[in-house]
Amino acid sequence: MRCIFAGIFLSLIANSLQAELSIQITQGIDNPIPIAIVPFSWQGAGVLDEDIAQIVMNDLEQVGEFRALSRSNMLSMPSEEQEVFYRDWRVLAQDYLLVGKIDRAPGGQLVTVQYEFFDINRETKLSGEILTGSVTQLRDMAHTISNVVFQHVTGIPGAFNSEILYIVSEGAGPENTLFRLEKADYDGARAQVLLESGEPIMSPSWSPDAQSVAYVSFETDLPRIYVQNINTGERRQITNYPNINSSPVWSPDGSKLAMVLSKDGSPDIYVHDLLTNELMRITDHPAIDTEPSWSRDGRSLVFMSDRTGQPQIYQMELGASSYDIERLTYDCFQCAKAQFLPDGVNLVHVRRETRQNPMYHIAIMNIETLRTFILTDTSLDESPTLAPNGSMIMYATKFNGRGVLDAVSIDGRVKFRLPSTQGDVREPSWSPLLN
Amino acid sequence: MQSKQIFKIGILVVALSVLAACRSSGDAEEAADSSSASESARPGAASTAPALSQEEIRAQNALRQTVFYFDFDIAEFKAADRDTLTYHARDLAANPNKRIRLEGHADERGTREYNLALGERRANGILNYLIVNGATRTQIEVVSYGEERPAQTGQTEQAYDRNRRVEVVAR
Repeated sequence: MRCIFAGIFLSLIANSLQAELSIQITQGIDNPIPIAIVPFSWQGAGVLDEDIAQIVMNDLEQVGEFRALSRSNMLSMPSEEQEVFYRDWRVLAQDYLLVGKIDRAPGGQLVTVQYEFFDINRETKLSGEILTGSVTQLRDMAHTISNVVFQHVTGIPGAFNSEILYIVSEGAGPENTLFRLEKADYDGARAQVLLESGEPIMSPSWSPDAQSVAYVSFETDLPRIYVQNINTGERRQITNYPNINSSPVWSPDGSKLAMVLSKDGSPDIYVHDLLTNELMRITDHPAIDTEPSWSRDGRSLVFMSDRTGQPQIYQMELGASSYDIERLTYDCFQCAKAQFLPDGVNLVHVRRETRQNPMYHIAIMNIETLRTFILTDTSLDESPTLAPNGSMIMYATKFNGRGVLDAVSIDGRVKFRLPSTQGDVREPSWSPLLN
Repeated sequence: MQSKQIFKIGILVVALSVLAACRSSGDAEEAADSSSASESARPGAASTAPALSQEEIRAQNALRQTVFYFDFDIAEFKAADRDTLTYHARDLAANPNKRIRLEGHADERGTREYNLALGERRANGILNYLIVNGATRTQIEVVSYGEERPAQTGQTEQAYDRNRRVEVVAR
């Protein structure tokens, strides 16, 4: 429930709602799991702002594994176990059932949300719990329930409480563009502006504890790296080296930032220790080295280099000689912006297959078998970011000439899009699990 | 569109003059926009000297070009821009207090971080040429915007051509 109290705090300091995104499912799977999600009963006065059952339904359908039963087809509307008749749901060919009720908590502003989750075929209750929070946290509680359902059915922890960072640019003409760093729920709801500037903002990256964001801002007319506390807004400038300062990425333990600096002539990978402010040079090559990403154990970095003429992906242990670099990709015209899946074997990246065909797709390559799987069919895909449970990849692409965020499951079967109501949206960064 | 057309003519003219292998025939270079050039050159000339030499007119025309375009995936400036950049370098050498900023840009194809680096590589190519030809390092600041500040939006070849550029900005 820590997330809910964090939620209170966030909502207190929340800025104005911006560029609300809302999800569209663009591709689902052939045989989704049938689930009935009954509208939660509400015992209090008035109407609640949020429909918990609807939010859970959206969550589960978005990830493509589920198909929720239409409310108008339900034969009964139970809100707790005593009212559940399994036969009502079996005749509708449902595998699972979620019911619940919302009450005023005794004495205060808070509400309680009781939910119960059933397996229809086995006629058993799988889970049940009472959550407590304020009415402004109904959405958080709904996502928590979605996580429980998702984990029970798929065995994978749900990531419905996770959030995304992204950049929006908006405005008429190059001189009047406004750039914003925004944070929203993973589904685009509750967008909040963290930073707004007349100069570009790039490369947002979550700290592993999800308390801070590192990014590049051109606010001094030069690209410099900043770290900002997401809750308090407090920020500090981390770098002020000549030339490019870019691509900050937190180490898994949160103590360091990998980054790109071109202070010594060409862009190279460096690691900045946030505790000691020491700077360690990782690569040393006259070509472009950029887009560092940490291995899970924090002991090596993958990065992109055009040392052979075109962008390819390389890996290097920290502290190894700069000659001791392993090239990971060979069979593409350009391979870039790589990141390992949690298995440490599959590499998510941006791939352009041939010089002749300027299509940039999100792909996964197994670095042991070299088998490659292209996940997307749009043409200007970039900035892939992995959901904290490893189930989906969000990325930026163009749709009708505008920047949008798309997501695809790592098996490529499910896709959804978060269209923005205004501006170009890009550079998504998916948060760690927020619990 | 029109400026691009003129620019193309400019390239053609320069290419022809290079073919002629005759430096003085570079007069043809300003033929493309000589009318506007000579008009705007006059007021300045009146205060300093009775008339500008052909060489001074050439220099002024060259300094008026502040945007240099690049081919896809190429970091070297176009050969056609070499003479123009030489005039920029000489101008900086002759005016030690003058400060400029080279702003490098890329089109939107390829990843953002790579484009940031490509924009810098392009600007550095021009930086090095200016220094070799007389400018001082401290006169010039280089910054790359990558694909973050397109001159023209849209997913067309024309937009991409306009966005792969280095801009010379007075400081």
